Amino acid sequence: MAEASYPEDLRYHPEHDWARVDGEEATFGITWYAQDSLGDVVFFDPPEVGATVTKDEPYTEVESVKAVSDVIAPLSGEITAVNEAADTNPELINTDPYGEGWMVKVKLSDPSELDSLLDSAAYRDLLD
Amino acid sequence: MDEPTDLRRTSLYDEHVAAGARLVPFAGWEMPVQYEGVAAEHEAVRERAGMFDVSHMGQISTSGPDALAFLQRAVSNDVAKLEPGGAQYSCLCADDGGILDDLFSYLLGDGSYLTVSNAANHESDLARFREIAAGFGVEVADIAADHGMIAVQGPEARAAVAGLASAELPARMHTATLEVAGRECLVCGTGYTGEDGVEIICAADDAPAIWRELLAAGVTPCGLGARDTLRLEVCFHLHGNDMGPDRNPIEAGLGWCCKEETGFAGSEAVARARAEGTAEKLAAFVIEGRGIPRAGNPILSAGEPAGTVTSGTFSPTLGIGIGMGYVRSDLAEPGREIEIDVRGRVREAEIRSKPLYDPTKKS
Repeated sequence: MAEASYPEDLRYHPEHDWARVDGEEATFGITWYAQDSLGDVVFFDPPEVGATVTKDEPYTEVESVKAVSDVIAPLSGEITAVNEAADTNPELINTDPYGEGWMVKVKLSDPSELDSLLDSAAYRDLLD
Repeated sequence: MDEPTDLRRTSLYDEHVAAGARLVPFAGWEMPVQYEGVAAEHEAVRERAGMFDVSHMGQISTSGPDALAFLQRAVSNDVAKLEPGGAQYSCLCADDGGILDDLFSYLLGDGSYLTVSNAANHESDLARFREIAAGFGVEVADIAADHGMIAVQGPEARAAVAGLASAELPARMHTATLEVAGRECLVCGTGYTGEDGVEIICAADDAPAIWRELLAAGVTPCGLGARDTLRLEVCFHLHGNDMGPDRNPIEAGLGWCCKEETGFAGSEAVARARAEGTAEKLAAFVIEGRGIPRAGNPILSAGEPAGTVTSGTFSPTLGIGIGMGYVRSDLAEPGREIEIDVRGRVREAEIRSKPLYDPTKKS
């Protein structure tokens, strides 16, 4: 994805992570800005299904040719699925960060945490 | 997000901005780390032709009746072997043999020498040159600010430059003065990628016009990111990472460019290291499985500390993690299995012979 984009239906963590929330379930990934800053992603280390993630804490790492970066959980919960396709083809995180480049699905333990995340406009303000 | 900065800019700065470069601080300069992306730029150099702005590198001119005698004392290689139009690699050593910098020197047609230094070391190299120059009939001049420098590298690099050149390009490890894009340049058959190609040293003001003509000829602009992955695949040293004042050329694997019989400054210490051997050696390695080594990662042998990674990256050509690091000398043999502690995860690695990738053997 060559052009910056921050979909309106997502919620954003200031550490450049997104969450797509559907009731008590959420999907996490990294933002366009994060993948652009990293450059060519060559390594995504999927965490274990069943592992607990804690809001504001790292739950995995992604690595580009240049650098490694922790991925921060935007919300707390338990991992119910990981993106094996992004393990095999980590470039999906660059080409489709909000779609095929998703990282984990999580059953949320405290959906009220959602209130602290940013909407698309607020996140874009943060980047400016 | 523009902030006031003390960083220096090369004469190609506007070209980088126009090409969409991501600029980062590097050795006091604001330099492009990438344009389209490291992997694409790396591939351009391995498969076609790429160009790098290396104007941040320093140039030192040495001239006068004692120029040869002085350089023979200053740098580690046998400068007397250098013929007019030739190029030579050497180390600049401290008296204790520690590596202050690695240099390329060229003997020009007028009998003077041009020496190219690393940006981070240029000022201290000059100070070392001037310290050694006392007593020699020699003029050491800092000519870095006057010059731009563009490295054009890759299997199609020579053809791209030749199309803009007024005369035949110099052979590998040779240099010639000719016009490129109508501007007088010193063209050198050297580089830092393992590929064929040239480095063009020109007046700083002429660099943008040359850059634009190379761009029009289809040469891909490449940043420091690709420069690092390319040089590490062919195991070229990066001063400050793979060697420094705390390492001598023998343990760094640079004994081949040290000719102690010339009596260069530091030669006694280098001769001693060569005779006695060193506790550690710089070795290259690969991680065939998961994991990408990075500078600073501990190297282990059977779980015990055995060294430290000095350069590490993902190799775009090989598709695996690669690196170099200092290990106990008894472990520095190709085929030896070691482990790399990559942020707490121990990854199996294997020492390999250098280079890790040989562009001259590509299919």
